[in-house]
Amino acid sequence: MSKKHTIYVPCDAAALSVGADETAAAIASEAKKRGVEINLIRNGSRGMLWLEPLIEIETPKGRIAYGPVEADDVASLFDGEFLNGGKHKLSHGLTEDIPFFAKQERLTFARCGVIDPLDLKAYEALGGLEGLKNALTMAPADIVETVTQSGLRGRGGAGFPTGIKWKTALEQESAEKYICCNADEGDSGTFADRMLMEGDPFSLLEGMVIAGRGVGATKGYIYVRSEYPHAIKTLRQAIATFHSEEYLGDRIGGSDTSFDIEVRVGAGAYICGEETSMLESIEGKRGQIKVKPPIPAINGLFNKPTIVNNVLTLAATPLILAKGADFYKNYGVGRSRGTQPFQLGGDIARGGLVEKAFGVTLKELIEDFGGGTRSGKPIRATQVGGPLGAYIPNTELDVAMDYEALAGQGAMLGHGGVVIFNDTVNMAKQARFAMAFCEIESCGKCTPCRIGAVRGKETIDKILAGDDRAKNLEILDDLCDLMTEASLCAMGGLTPMPVQSAVKHFPEDFGG
Amino acid sequence: MAALIDKLEHQTARAICGRRNNKPDALIEILHEVQGEEGYLSDEALRTIADALNISRAEIHGVVSFYHDFRRTAAAGKIIKLCRAEACQAVGSEELAAYAEKKLKIKTGDAPSDGSVALEAVYCLGNCALGPAALVDDNLYGRLTSERLDALVDKLENAERR
Repeated sequence: MSKKHTIYVPCDAAALSVGADETAAAIASEAKKRGVEINLIRNGSRGMLWLEPLIEIETPKGRIAYGPVEADDVASLFDGEFLNGGKHKLSHGLTEDIPFFAKQERLTFARCGVIDPLDLKAYEALGGLEGLKNALTMAPADIVETVTQSGLRGRGGAGFPTGIKWKTALEQESAEKYICCNADEGDSGTFADRMLMEGDPFSLLEGMVIAGRGVGATKGYIYVRSEYPHAIKTLRQAIATFHSEEYLGDRIGGSDTSFDIEVRVGAGAYICGEETSMLESIEGKRGQIKVKPPIPAINGLFNKPTIVNNVLTLAATPLILAKGADFYKNYGVGRSRGTQPFQLGGDIARGGLVEKAFGVTLKELIEDFGGGTRSGKPIRATQVGGPLGAYIPNTELDVAMDYEALAGQGAMLGHGGVVIFNDTVNMAKQARFAMAFCEIESCGKCTPCRIGAVRGKETIDKILAGDDRAKNLEILDDLCDLMTEASLCAMGGLTPMPVQSAVKHFPEDFGG
Repeated sequence: MAALIDKLEHQTARAICGRRNNKPDALIEILHEVQGEEGYLSDEALRTIADALNISRAEIHGVVSFYHDFRRTAAAGKIIKLCRAEACQAVGSEELAAYAEKKLKIKTGDAPSDGSVALEAVYCLGNCALGPAALVDDNLYGRLTSERLDALVDKLENAERR
């Protein structure tokens, strides 16, 4: 009587990038060679990226983790007690007991890494579709009120109260309205959207249908950056499944809600992560910023009322509609309610995804979760919130990770990315890169950004060359203030944040 | 005259536009598909798309020139898109890029004429905990070192030769 062993090997792009496909093939071939029957499931990533490829085996005690398992390690696993979840130099015990994982509060990412991302039955067994089924029995205004009461704020970076945005769109009289999911996750140091689209795509689709019913939209677009081919493929497959199971299409679940979703692929422009630029791109145009007002909720895609929300914002709504507003609201602090998926990257020993209620400190993320640097060199600077976020010195790591606390420190939560730099970093070069990146990615519409980025880069070059340092530092500061106050959007408006934080906290790199 | 017009017609592009009902808002999807088929966007393709979607060639030029993904000339060989953004910088992407340029005897963004491996800069591949990272077609590579890069280049050069 042979026993069938269930083994999980992630198909998440990060896992693939370090050999997960080769590991899966080696497991299949090794099992065949030894006459062992296995059920190989390709799951999403658990987000403990330093352990990828992280494979798990189902045992009566639960899922036991081994990692990082490369193809060459597989034979030794089978030689040992792997099939019983036993000890091996790569074993970590029960996956969910690993401290990095156990100390999290996984709401949005509850199913990511647990299930096969495209298995709708597995999705449903873990609470999926409950939110949508509730929403289909509710009036649109009640759906919007529930989201408002939950305290959910936009997880893209702006942190705007989601319920208020939905209410604005609901109140517009229009036969045509749109839900546009911003999956243009271009910030360096961020990958939560990618992980979710690859690991639990149904949660995003479910959230979009809920949003559609909530505001009266019948069409949704997911704008995914072209640098995410695996996410694009997975989303398209998930949409096809939702269609065949009739969670997309006409009169969903017999209700008066009809909804369809289309994936649109970006084309390598960082600026298309800005909402008006993204909408222009979906309309087949140059990704140029549009002046607001009017805001998209009133006049957006094709001049119709449009909700633009980040992947994580939309993916949080099924849980809110399933368990109620209070459930979500009870996590968090102050005006930052719910959980935030933080992403630890750069020179970090234990990099990956940490979903926690707001209130955890940056120091806890870096040390308790992240384990300090991967290289072993001391940390010198931490950039939070992506390329437009401030560089934080070691003396200020006690800051709480919520919208208001970080803003109070002259920093920014953004999309929750945390990038660690060691002591080989040259902060003047980082400041120069901030300006250079702005120059490359500027849409070109407004002078402060289009010209300011170029002049900023030139001015930093002069400072680095020792050319009239004091005067040029003054010019740089003045230029930064101008870009902050006069740019048409956050690209030019926030480029000064990393620059000015670098000058302030690391003057020695600027010759000071 | 008819022969000249025929020469300017790009049948593949016309068909791709038709499959999307010639809707102007599908322009970027159409450009991706045409470039996916041919490897680049030719004059004929763009003229045909303008005609099919009933928009001006100037507008199409505006879109093609705006987005980094679109190319107007064929790429001779395989392209390694190396991430040069902050998280990968923190783990040595700049040093790796310098190594790659020296090894391949090209500069980032150059188009080598002999079909050998080329190098392009991208800004974030979403692999920020496993950098330095690179993308070749739809294949993502992480934890890159000079050794792993050597192996990747070997693999790509061998594939080109076949």
